[in-house]
Amino acid sequence: MSELLQNSAAWGVLLTMAAFALGTVINRRTGKAIFNPLLLAAVFVVVFLSVLGIPYATYKASAAPVSYLLLPATVSLAVPLYEKWELLCRNWAAILAGILAGVAASLGSVLVLALLLRLDHAQYVTLLPKSVTTAISMDIAAELGGMAALTGALVILTGIVGALLAEGVFRVFGITDPIAKGIGIGSAAHAVGTAKALEMGEVEGAMSGLAIAVAGILTALLCPVVANLI
Amino acid sequence: MELLFEFARILLFCFAGELCHTLLPLPIPASVYGLLLLLAALRLGAVKLAQVRRAALFLTGVFPLLFVPAAAGVMELWAELQAMLLPAVLALIPVTVLVMAVSGRVTQHFVRRKERDHV
Repeated sequence: MSELLQNSAAWGVLLTMAAFALGTVINRRTGKAIFNPLLLAAVFVVVFLSVLGIPYATYKASAAPVSYLLLPATVSLAVPLYEKWELLCRNWAAILAGILAGVAASLGSVLVLALLLRLDHAQYVTLLPKSVTTAISMDIAAELGGMAALTGALVILTGIVGALLAEGVFRVFGITDPIAKGIGIGSAAHAVGTAKALEMGEVEGAMSGLAIAVAGILTALLCPVVANLI
Repeated sequence: MELLFEFARILLFCFAGELCHTLLPLPIPASVYGLLLLLAALRLGAVKLAQVRRAALFLTGVFPLLFVPAAAGVMELWAELQAMLLPAVLALIPVTVLVMAVSGRVTQHFVRRKERDHV
């Protein structure tokens, strides 16, 4: 089986789509945020691979066309942002303040966490950039002496947690403004969260896309400073 | 056919982003350069919205699907994750909630204050 799949170009993409379609159906039928399509799809893929004894690397190679689209999809976030340009110009100061506060909260709380749990430098800088997109955070972690692959995994998990909890967080903290929702998701949960923000609405999606870029750049600038504290 | 050209235009900005990432000594990934360059091109009128819109909305529409292979790959690092389970769980759940709440509240505060000032 493994050998057959190794030689097939189609199955990785097909498995990814089938797992995601199944996840979407379950999500719609139940209407529960915990049954997040991405989370379910990842679980289905993992179960499928382990039942058939297929190595992850084999799947990853065959599903490469899916991951390939991440770069053009992220670049495409410029389009919803462009369509909301006036809203952005009118509120740029509030947006910048919100993202800056989010980045400070992220770096500050990981620092406190590391002090309380007495983490060593490598563990600390592995966690530090985990709120921003993998492309930025893995580079930062590697640069500062962290475990980049583990940062990558934590970033994905952060995104899933952010997408799962977004609606609850907004309800509990009384966040109703669509700009604030988008900035909150994008600052805390990067592109995986942005997928959720795009479902919520056009403004949420556009603002979340903007927050990926701005929070990512701010984190890249501030991380080296905060990293030296432990 | 037009859709294919729209996709090609977006890829052009991906490539420009990769060039910037290679040539400039800043810690900014190709995707963020590409996003900013495409936004600038749209603002300056070098690219018309209709020349990229359909392909771009298709790509952003399938965004969650694109993360499935990477998310499935998290299992590969299960041993490393378990080695620092407590800090990882604390960084994942409370920190994410805190960051989302703080940036959302701060944004909302300033958006509303501005609206009040203008009324």
